[in-house]
Amino acid sequence: MLEIKDLEVGFGGITALKGISLSVAEGEIVTLIGANGAGKTTTLRTVSGLVRPRAGKILVDGQDVTRLSAQARVKRGLVQVPEGRRVFPQMSVLENLELGAYLRKDAKSVASDLDDVFARFPRLADRRKQHAGTLSGGEQQMLAIGRALMSRPQILLLDEPSMGLAPLLVQEIFSIVSEINAGGTTVLLVEQNANMALQIAHRGYVLETGKIVLAGTAAELTSTDEVKRAYLGG
Amino acid sequence: MEQLAQQLVNGLALGSIYALIALGYTMVYGIIQLINFAHGDVYMVGAYVGYFCMVHLNLGFVESLVIAMAVCTVLGVVIERVAYKPLRKSTRIAVLITAIGVSLLLEYTMMFFVGADTRTYGVLPPFMEQSFNVGGVLITMKQIIIIGVSVLLMVVLQYIVRRTKVGKAMRAVSQDADAARLMGISVDNTISFTFALGSALAGAAGVLVGVYYNAINPLMGVLPGLKAFIAAVFGGIGLIPGALLGGYFIGAAETLVSGYWSSLYTDAVVFGILILVLIFKPTGLLGSNVREKV
Repeated sequence: MLEIKDLEVGFGGITALKGISLSVAEGEIVTLIGANGAGKTTTLRTVSGLVRPRAGKILVDGQDVTRLSAQARVKRGLVQVPEGRRVFPQMSVLENLELGAYLRKDAKSVASDLDDVFARFPRLADRRKQHAGTLSGGEQQMLAIGRALMSRPQILLLDEPSMGLAPLLVQEIFSIVSEINAGGTTVLLVEQNANMALQIAHRGYVLETGKIVLAGTAAELTSTDEVKRAYLGG
Repeated sequence: MEQLAQQLVNGLALGSIYALIALGYTMVYGIIQLINFAHGDVYMVGAYVGYFCMVHLNLGFVESLVIAMAVCTVLGVVIERVAYKPLRKSTRIAVLITAIGVSLLLEYTMMFFVGADTRTYGVLPPFMEQSFNVGGVLITMKQIIIIGVSVLLMVVLQYIVRRTKVGKAMRAVSQDADAARLMGISVDNTISFTFALGSALAGAAGVLVGVYYNAINPLMGVLPGLKAFIAAVFGGIGLIPGALLGGYFIGAAETLVSGYWSSLYTDAVVFGILILVLIFKPTGLLGSNVREKV
């Protein structure tokens, strides 16, 4: 469904991605794990169209989207929950969610999706008039995910949803991601928390300083010595 | 007491003008962190378009106002597209210098076409020349029109920014441009729209001033532009309520100084306010202490 081919990205003299390739099939959760600075966020930013690659291709359903604007990619169903949540702090929870549906014109189904999001995240429903900046980290993460759901993603790109959250909340967020995936949304999950990510993912890739060094099913990766040592703390 | 009330009425009219101009400064700053120094000259162009419509085309006040706003809307969008958009990734100082360049370009292009002489709006329709004596305070119809039109435009602006989709996009871009992109918002179009809105308000202010003072010239935008900028800084640049507060405060300060002291000192007092604000509360009256985004 999503295919990345020999993607190369650089900033000035630095090469952040040195030709990576990966694919995500429909209905899968694929995780991209790696240390800080490995190029995970750059990968997602490039897939979303915030960064232009030097070389390589990004395909959605076999069609090249490499030259499309960020806006056009959202229309294609490529939707990102960015690192650090990036909710609009001085707008209400409700307004944040409405912005998620910015490109949609079908008011009725937007309203029903809004109900779904509030049903999935009751805590957001309680705070719908509150400024997003006043929410706790976990609530902001829920809002960021809810906002992305409002644009009816085909492929949900998640950048470190566990960042800065207490373990219990991380559990909660990851089980929500699994649920969303079970509902038919394909997921590309970028994580430093390899342990959690590999528990819910079907397959994974390991990124190291701009290169994919390992790929396999989640089970395979979990049992690989290298992954155990470098990312699973054992 | 009457003197005070009188000066406050005058201040309300003048403040409305400053507030209208300050709104454009503050919205543009909020969205691309640029002090658009050409903004005062858009206001000047608005005054000339109004003049042309009323004096040469014999149009009514309302039609002239609408046409001036429309012309300024287009002008604002063109300025942004031609002068600022190519510099989106440049340093802030480069854009700022460009803004000053655009300002000079507008002033002297206008001077080239209409000359440097001051023009008058001429004889206004009789209803606009009425005035009312309310308990010793003289309120002119022009003042009522200025305040009324300004408040109406502010209400419309508030509606656009708070309730409409494009208004929400404006706020989203000003809070986090990349996150807005991820929502599918076109940042470029949103910036254009912001310039359009701000320029329309400046155009309206130009016509209102033309009617109020009955004298316009190609450099008329310089000082009101600076003062509206001060108003925006006073209230907290980037904040719409701040621009309104600042506009009315500066307007009242000016009329009180000229009423009680001397009109020679108004500029000094206004710029003194800027210095005080920059020393004691650089984020403005309504601004929070900035936390730099990491």
